[in-house]
Amino acid sequence: MVEGEEELIRTSVSEVLGEQEAVRESLIPILLRVQEKLSYLPPLAMELIAGALQIPAVDVFGLATFYNQFRLHPPGKYQLQVCMGTACYMVGGKIALDCFERRLGINEGETTPDREFSLERVACVGCCTLAPVVVVNEEVEGRVTPTRVDGILIAFGKKIQPSTGVGEKKGDDGS
Amino acid sequence: MTVETPYQERYRKLKDSAAAGEEALSRQAVIQVGMATCGIAAGAVPVKEAFVRFIEEKNIDARVMEVGCMGHCYAEPLAIISKPGFPALCYGYLDEDLVERLVEDYLLNDDPCYEFALVALEPNDVFPTLSDFPRGVHEKKIVLEHCGFIDPGEIDHYISRGGYSALAEALSGTPATVLEQVKESHLRGRGGAGFPAGLKWEAAVQAGGGTKYVICNADEGDPGAFMDRSILESCPHQVIEGMLLCAYAIGAEKGYLYIRAEYPLAVKRVRLALEQAREKGLLGSSILGSSFNCDLEVFRGSGAFVCGESSALVRSMEGKMGIPATRPPRLAQSGFRGRPTVLNNVKTFAYIPPIINRGVDWFRSIGTEKNPGTAVFSLVGKVAHTGLVEVPMGTTLRELIYDVGEGVANDKAFKAAQIGGPSGGCLPEAAIDIPIDFDSLQEAGAIMGSGGLVVLDEDDCMVAIARYFLEFTQQESCGKCTFCRLGTKHMLDLLTAITEGRGEPEDLEVLERLAWEVKEGSLCNLGATAPNPILTTLRYFRDEYEAHINEKRCPALMCSELIVYYIEPSKCSKLCSVCVGSCPTEAIYTRDDGLKAIDQDKCTKCDNCLKTCPPDYNAVIKLSPPGLLAEKEGGKGA
Ligand SMILES: Cc1cc2nc3c(=O)[nH]c(=O)nc-3n(C[C@H](O)[C@H](O)[C@H](O)COP(=O)(O)O)c2cc1C
Ligand code: SF4
Ligand code: SF4
Ligand code: FES
Ligand code: FES
Repeated sequence: MVEGEEELIRTSVSEVLGEQEAVRESLIPILLRVQEKLSYLPPLAMELIAGALQIPAVDVFGLATFYNQFRLHPPGKYQLQVCMGTACYMVGGKIALDCFERRLGINEGETTPDREFSLERVACVGCCTLAPVVVVNEEVEGRVTPTRVDGILIAFGKKIQPSTGVGEKKGDDGS
Repeated sequence: MTVETPYQERYRKLKDSAAAGEEALSRQAVIQVGMATCGIAAGAVPVKEAFVRFIEEKNIDARVMEVGCMGHCYAEPLAIISKPGFPALCYGYLDEDLVERLVEDYLLNDDPCYEFALVALEPNDVFPTLSDFPRGVHEKKIVLEHCGFIDPGEIDHYISRGGYSALAEALSGTPATVLEQVKESHLRGRGGAGFPAGLKWEAAVQAGGGTKYVICNADEGDPGAFMDRSILESCPHQVIEGMLLCAYAIGAEKGYLYIRAEYPLAVKRVRLALEQAREKGLLGSSILGSSFNCDLEVFRGSGAFVCGESSALVRSMEGKMGIPATRPPRLAQSGFRGRPTVLNNVKTFAYIPPIINRGVDWFRSIGTEKNPGTAVFSLVGKVAHTGLVEVPMGTTLRELIYDVGEGVANDKAFKAAQIGGPSGGCLPEAAIDIPIDFDSLQEAGAIMGSGGLVVLDEDDCMVAIARYFLEFTQQESCGKCTFCRLGTKHMLDLLTAITEGRGEPEDLEVLERLAWEVKEGSLCNLGATAPNPILTTLRYFRDEYEAHINEKRCPALMCSELIVYYIEPSKCSKLCSVCVGSCPTEAIYTRDDGLKAIDQDKCTKCDNCLKTCPPDYNAVIKLSPPGLLAEKEGGKGA
């Protein structure tokens, strides 16, 4: 854990606990608020919350894994969310996701080792008209072709080297 | 005239003051910019800023307003300009240059630039109105009536158009009257199953006294739909008013709007709307001075599709995992915190105020006998005019796609309408003359769902789409039922094998058998409807499955394992090398004769070269099965 991180986690959790009633029903709202502050749910935060609500820590962990919204690992500085809603999928969302995976060398759901980029899939973000759509740090980018994928990455300081396409890790996307 | 009750009087004062505020501004030109999520994504923020800036620079007396979704999402960014002396006109495809021109020519110099206008919103002698287009003929807006015309952040806009008058009227009567009207209206729930709303409410009333709850289901789990979100972002008060009427009818004092956490703008706008309603005395204690108390708040859902199911939703509100429960008891008997609870969809609530205001007969005159009212769809995919549309029940799918949506985009051939999302199905050309209503769609093997409609064209593979939905339901299964958990996984594996050319002829029978087993053996509708995408595609597009299995060919040229990219030498030009630069893996090389070719070992099938090859040449093609490549390349040498 980085210096000061534990401190940050403790203060954030106690701030959130101060806003909400410490009952089981507040668990999801508490987790959402803590994640808003810390951008993910560190194990320590979940333990502190479990303690405050007087419930077993496994209950909190269980909940955090059940719901897609919760992140258990710190996200990258740039969060890339590729829309996999029906309209986007059918017009190249999958292709865009593949391109990001190839360029970043990570699978969907992961963060690059330098913590610069994280890659996630989302369901319809409501802008199907602009399909395929990628949400970059909460801003929607429409009509994302492979060229645009490179454009987005370059704009955030990623050096793109033409890859060979062979021998590289390709995400296990189950397709 | 009937005498005004104290609540109506109180409401009239609110309305008069709201109307006075609007009146004062009506002498000004007003620019309404569409700022729902999709508008913002398409660039509405700089467009709005440009209007503000140019108006200021030129010192024009005009006001720029943020509104929600107008439904014409294909033409975003959009704005409506209402200038005294002219009909209100809607302009689309806006950018800063066009904004500058409109400000200069129209606002300053009285030239409305008709060449850029899409449609007029008021009858006039110079420019066509909505009813002059096929879309306008079919469209009938009840839920979407105010969406895109009012500022969702200004409660007065809703009130000045009669908003909350249904509440004032209801308070002047009795809860039983409201219940009676909703029952008589035959309104069916719009969350998917079409259960009569009045009967649900009545069950909660019959459950006896004590604490009760009202919950609005805005979880909108269908991965291809966004109606509920647009409604909450564009006209949150209509939903809030509907919930209050329900609370009054069943005797609830507390309610929640369960909104997906992925919808931050909707959450924000609803919270603001609740605050404004509270300030006006329309929410909280002694509403409009009556003895009716009710407060509403937002509960943010956390992204699990199964939580859209009513019992799972309630569990997740209680801080537990969202796993469906066996019924009975129904929520109306024992719901949130074990108390009687009415849970309805966003649209279901939004119908209530108009029903109370205009009456049961009016409502039942729209749509069909068993399916009164309208259907709201997010019309997306390969349709020319994507958007949010509302048509009377009984309109045919063909009318919806070809008249309202202006047909398939880019002159492609229609293949299927996917309706109802992961619980729904794909209907072919031959089946789209059926009327849109809960019962007809079910007969055809699809479901109404909550309103996602995705148009698919010749380039879309039906096996791939079935696989897409199965991947979704398999991931989202909560795991409680063995058939749902393992059956969806098994079906997904089979579909994956088929799309990758590893399918066996007997797979289709296995798929069908599994589909029925999962349908029977699942507790909730996630599992029970998960096989629908497979069953409908097998029923209507069996030949596509067979081509994948028997010939290792994807007829739509979509499944990447079954296609190769190829540059047709007879079409490629020595003078062009656009594709070379477009290829992210440097798979394209220049041959000795100057034409381009693809190194198949390097190609990752990203489709870029095909998109970038200029239309003059269109030299990049896809071949399926991949074996055709040897033929082509062999042929070249000979
Ligand atoms: C897996 C699953 C997901 C569902 N998702 C939603 C949803 O996102 N929105 C919704 O209104 N209803 C959804 N439903 C239907 C609800 O269970 C419930 O029937 C509905 O909200 C009741 O409202 P209505 O009577 O107004 O239709 C879902 C059902 C299932 C089984
Ligand atoms: S059918 Fe599937 S999602 Fe529904 S309760 Fe059973 S396992 Fe869970
Ligand atoms: S499909 Fe993509 S990877 Fe293959 S040749 Fe074309 S541009 Fe290159
Ligand atoms: S499917 Fe991607 S925005 Fe709707
Ligand atoms: S017109 Fe903008 S969201 Fe529909």
